[in-house]
Amino acid sequence: MNYSIAFRTIVTKEIFRFIRIWPQTLLPPAITTALYFLIFGKLIGDRIGTISGAGYMDYIVPGIILMSVISHSYANVVSSFYSTKFQRNIEELLVAPIPNWVILGGYVSGGIIRGLLVGVVVTLISLLFTDITVNNIAITLSIAVLTATVFSLAGFINAILAESFDDISIIPNFVLTPLSYLGGVFYSVNMLPDFWQNISMGNPILYMINAFRYGLIGVTDVDIQMTFIITGGFIITLTLFSLYLLHKGIGIKN
Amino acid sequence: MNALSLRNLRKTYNNGFEALKGIDLDVEAGDFFALLGPNGAGKSTAIGIISSLVNESSGSVSIFGHDLRRERAKAKSCIGLVPQEVNFNQFDTVKSILLNQAGYYGTPRKLALQRTEYCLKQMDLWDRRDTVSRRLSGGMKRRVMIARALVHAPKLLILDEPTAGVDIEIRRSMWQMMQEVNQQGTTIILTTHYLEEAESLCRNIAIINHGRIVENSDMASLLARLHIEHFVLDLARPIAAAPVIEGCQIERVTDKTLSVAVPKEHGLNKLFSQLTAQNIEVTSLKNKTNRLEQLFMDLIDSNPTGSKAAGDK
Repeated sequence: MNYSIAFRTIVTKEIFRFIRIWPQTLLPPAITTALYFLIFGKLIGDRIGTISGAGYMDYIVPGIILMSVISHSYANVVSSFYSTKFQRNIEELLVAPIPNWVILGGYVSGGIIRGLLVGVVVTLISLLFTDITVNNIAITLSIAVLTATVFSLAGFINAILAESFDDISIIPNFVLTPLSYLGGVFYSVNMLPDFWQNISMGNPILYMINAFRYGLIGVTDVDIQMTFIITGGFIITLTLFSLYLLHKGIGIKN
Repeated sequence: MNALSLRNLRKTYNNGFEALKGIDLDVEAGDFFALLGPNGAGKSTAIGIISSLVNESSGSVSIFGHDLRRERAKAKSCIGLVPQEVNFNQFDTVKSILLNQAGYYGTPRKLALQRTEYCLKQMDLWDRRDTVSRRLSGGMKRRVMIARALVHAPKLLILDEPTAGVDIEIRRSMWQMMQEVNQQGTTIILTTHYLEEAESLCRNIAIINHGRIVENSDMASLLARLHIEHFVLDLARPIAAAPVIEGCQIERVTDKTLSVAVPKEHGLNKLFSQLTAQNIEVTSLKNKTNRLEQLFMDLIDSNPTGSKAAGDK
């Protein structure tokens, strides 16, 4: 059987879904990040000076872009797949001859595309406040895609295990947002005392943001190779766990 | 060839409830088959397992010769499911619901568009193709689900109480549509609580109760087993008391209405002769209960605990 048609159907459905509700999906990050750039970058940033040789506005742009990619790739999959479960149209997929990896791949691809699209929107907003010259395009793009993949997968698992709409807001509010803010979006980890530096090194988002920052402006607090190892490890682990949940029908079948 | 074969199918839920206690069932290709049973009997569990919505505890399911475990994609490709409750995305248009469904089954876009148009026209929904589905009436939503189940041209269509809660006019038009689909070669398995529906549409029948098949035969043979039929007679003139006729049980419902239980061997001609002899003129008669309903209740009542029955192999 030709599974590429089923895959394209899921991905297309996902893209149409978030484009149809663009005031909820694409507009808010543009407004929020414009405010970040204005307040933190322009008004406060001018008084902060430079970090690792980069102007404060240039320093925070990569983190804010990647933070948007993280939150929107996660939000897309968790809300879409949970709604599919809630409205019971998951049954359309379960009855159809679609392998689990195609279902997973379709939803995760939808999350990656929305995450990257929001990343492009935020990048365009940032161009109103600063000029961006890309230091390493390959690292920039690969980290963006890998990060979006990690958080799309995490969103998928959250949606499968969720039993109520409250369950799909707990992780974004109480895990993702704190880890993103503490992941060096607005500061260098080198500015922290040793104890907090060591704690921060256990935060995977710190690696992603710094690698992305290196790709854009050539400044990083971490080893870039380590970022690839961490994101690769997360992708493999989360993929296997997602497929296990789908195979067992946990959260979606009786 | 069998469209569906179930062998020793069992399901025990996590809470310990044994919904299916090892059922065997064969449905021939081309059949219009009724799967009946009271609420909680195991019908929905059986359909859930056949359509991959419920994991079986043990046993096997074969669809047109394809084992559901070993040849999952081939087996699933043969099935179209119309569930009890609306389960499509109510924010999608009617057309996109069908196109997405066709896509899930690997139907190329051009063919999917053709099949979508055909199915929507067949269900009299083509004019509503661009309507957001949540704006449709209940009957239209039911028809959307049938059209969706047919869009990939399944060989086996499973209808799980498709006419529940729809008015009689829509129900009759849906019966006609189901018969047309069956005449075009699609095997249909129907579950319903409207036994008149099963009696008029289906050729073969299985009755499930307490997780076991308690009856599995063709409709004609089953109905032939009905020994006593119940009728309501309307009379031309009022009567003061119910007449006494040997072999029949007669109750006076009103002064111009009688309820009569007539054994098959007694016959209606003899009954009418006996009533005429007592100067009672009958103007019309109707079945008090649907014949299948009578048998269904007899079978369920005779097996209240779900003990192993003769039909349960």
